[in-house]
Amino acid sequence: MFRYMRRKIIIYLLTFVVAVTLDWIIPRLMPGNPIIGLISRLASMPQQVEELYAHLTKAFGMDQPLWKQYFMFWNALFNGDLGISITVYPKPVLDLIRQALPYDLMLTVPAILLSWIVGNKFGAFAARKKRLDNWVLPVWYVVTATPYLWLGILLSWALGVVLDIFPIAGAYSFSIRPSFSWEFILDYLHHWFLPFLSLFVVQLGGWAIGMRNMIIYELEADYSRYLETMGAPPRLIRRYAFKNALLPQVTGLAVQLGVIVTGALTTEIVFSYPGIGYLLNQAILQEDYFLIQGCFLFVILGVLIANFVIDIVYVFIDPRVRLSMGGDS
Amino acid sequence: MKKLLVFMVLLTVLLGGMAFAERYERSETIYCGGGLWGPPANWNPAQPWAAVSGTIGLIYETLFTYDPLTDALTPWLAESGSWIDDDTYRVVLRDGIEWSDGTPMTSEDVKFTFELPAYFDGVHYTSLWEQFESVVAVDELTVEFNFRNPRYHEWAYQIYQLPVLPKHLWENLSVDAVLTGSNEGNVIGSGPYLFETYDLDRMIYLKNENWWAQDLLGLEVVPKRVVYARFASNNVVLGMMMKGEELDVSNFFLPGIPAIKGPYAIHTWYEDEPYMLSDNTAFLFVNTQKKPMDDPTLRRAMAFAINSNEICKRVFENMVIPSNPLGFLPIDGWMKYYSQEAVDANGFVYDPSMAKKMLDEAGYKDVNKDGFREAPDGTPFKMEIVVPFGWTDWMESIKIIAVNLQAVGLNAEAKFPDYNKYFEQISTGNYDLAINNFNSKLSVTPWTLYNWLFADIINDRANSGNFERYTNPEMLDLVDAFNEVPMADVEAGKAIMADVAEIFLRDMPAIPLWYNGMWFQANTNVWSNWPGENSDNQSYPTTWGGTWQLGGVMMLTKIQPK
Repeated sequence: MFRYMRRKIIIYLLTFVVAVTLDWIIPRLMPGNPIIGLISRLASMPQQVEELYAHLTKAFGMDQPLWKQYFMFWNALFNGDLGISITVYPKPVLDLIRQALPYDLMLTVPAILLSWIVGNKFGAFAARKKRLDNWVLPVWYVVTATPYLWLGILLSWALGVVLDIFPIAGAYSFSIRPSFSWEFILDYLHHWFLPFLSLFVVQLGGWAIGMRNMIIYELEADYSRYLETMGAPPRLIRRYAFKNALLPQVTGLAVQLGVIVTGALTTEIVFSYPGIGYLLNQAILQEDYFLIQGCFLFVILGVLIANFVIDIVYVFIDPRVRLSMGGDS
Repeated sequence: MKKLLVFMVLLTVLLGGMAFAERYERSETIYCGGGLWGPPANWNPAQPWAAVSGTIGLIYETLFTYDPLTDALTPWLAESGSWIDDDTYRVVLRDGIEWSDGTPMTSEDVKFTFELPAYFDGVHYTSLWEQFESVVAVDELTVEFNFRNPRYHEWAYQIYQLPVLPKHLWENLSVDAVLTGSNEGNVIGSGPYLFETYDLDRMIYLKNENWWAQDLLGLEVVPKRVVYARFASNNVVLGMMMKGEELDVSNFFLPGIPAIKGPYAIHTWYEDEPYMLSDNTAFLFVNTQKKPMDDPTLRRAMAFAINSNEICKRVFENMVIPSNPLGFLPIDGWMKYYSQEAVDANGFVYDPSMAKKMLDEAGYKDVNKDGFREAPDGTPFKMEIVVPFGWTDWMESIKIIAVNLQAVGLNAEAKFPDYNKYFEQISTGNYDLAINNFNSKLSVTPWTLYNWLFADIINDRANSGNFERYTNPEMLDLVDAFNEVPMADVEAGKAIMADVAEIFLRDMPAIPLWYNGMWFQANTNVWSNWPGENSDNQSYPTTWGGTWQLGGVMMLTKIQPK
């Protein structure tokens, strides 16, 4: 167990360094110059624009040679400094992420977890009811195949504009000041519901289909047949099948949870909901190196931590991993 | 565990029940959109390109305001301002203006503002400051600007652009705070609103109950709060407008307004086409340093080949109108310098057969029979037209332009690079054709247009205009000469502008296409008396950053709760 963990940790650390280095390099390979973009709309005398350009280039440390910038970046990183955003100038990147991330987490975590739980239960249930399966499966396929953008706009249009039951923009009313009160919490939930629903619905189908296929596969597997011929009750067989079918779903969940930090770009655009996704999109369009780096740093951390947790969870839920560890040491 | 949970829930109920949320009274709040494109982060009036819309206009104010509808440059913080001799401009401040921290505004503040570049090296109006021999605070309220070589047009523009800053809060700031700081925590101005709060997608201004104009001008802004919202897409804005009560003013370009205007009672400036006022001119820039576009005949032929009418109709649903051949906005401040003679002699209209004839005569012929004309020396060429990806109206426009050019035998293709790539291409001269309008916006003088069209190129970068890289010294001299004509001497200015027009039409370094609109849609459910052609609220309906002093503030003093 200890050796297993040590090996894993070393691999994760190496991956982290390589990923963060790539995270630093890739934005800088984009054509164009972010500082020029920043001052492109300044209406002033050319001399001043030139002076300002020099000043900003220096302020962002971009007058230094690249290798120096790279070491400055690591140095700043260890001091908890992710730099200043160019698009949302002059806000520190860390402040921006801190401001935007909670909106994403409150939206995506419940959507992913609930759709995962409900999808798995429902998929497993449908897999053994032939009639239900015939009816529900096509529905799931349609839902999963629906372009999310279209579904989002449709929901927003129907429930937001036509029926006017839900708001279509913002995380809370433009007319309310955030406070710890029922009125605000209800207002927040009112705004939260449509984006949540759209994410939930779109992911539900995928999980359910995955589970249904896995269950059918497991029920056809040799061990199920064997149990069946041994006269084991179907309930028991189904429980074994469910356990085995769950493994790939857990891996899928980990991947999903790892990237939630990028936010839900489409959701944020369709429902004009604040969050990291929109910021990241703007940052990429305008080559905001520091904001891109900052966002992806959290993605890297998210993916690594999620995988690490899954590695540990697997030790408990997958006897094969436990066995291989035992065989190893 | 369970006990803890119960306890938490109880605590939430108790605390939550006790606190009341603050909700802004609907009838006292105006919701605006269209000038906020990212999370609010900068309220620094010395960085107008980055400051949140309203920083200048709602909080910090200018000496003068300019009304493009009546071509009136009106004293605002100033009670009066005039040239007392050829080189001296005297400003007298209104008596009784206070900063929102209670300190009186004096001539020292004005002097400090215009001398800011002396305190902080690198302020964006250093070149203006360099024109001063001296700035003298004559008494508490009077300031005299002594010029070395006055540029009257530039001055007329700057006195309604530069916000007056409170000296007592600014003189001890660091250079970094002024040039690159956000100014958060120091947002003290003199204007009708105060900085209240902000979040990722909104900026909220609270009425300044002690605004000087209430006593001195009898003006009062009506809404107690201005909530400036950011929206992530135009679809959402359209939905907000249709919901009717959630967004009062939109300065977004929204396709489809002509269709939904009637059914949803959406107010626009004009009741019928073109619905919108004109705000700036979209030009097709031609890279004059690249072959074969360095040939004026080719550029002129393209002007004849492009069908601006079709663009206005198909892309903008006739919410914009085609430009005149000089790119002059249809406002008195510019049209009084319009040279009809030059246009009659050398202007252009959409006429593909004329374009073909010009190209034939200049030797552009399809020698290799690939369907497109070659340059007179026989080399084939293809022109790429660029606009930033995602700017859908421009993207559609250049598709039409490409088709128009192909129709007269010129090989042209529409391309959509990302914004930064686009800007790098046009500022470094690495492009063929591009649409741009960044500083063709309406102003007190067409000098601003030419100052942008023919800006100096420094270190081979055209960062502030002149993307076409036009370097005709004759033209530059004329523009400088125009700048040095007193504003009152319209005839002398017009004579110079006639020469400018003649060279412009002959060389055609940039082709004026259409006027982008002052996009303005208002909901009439909560507020009424919106600006419009038939309204007594004759204010230029803008809430865009840096333009509140053109009419946005006045609009807020004249709307009425319903």
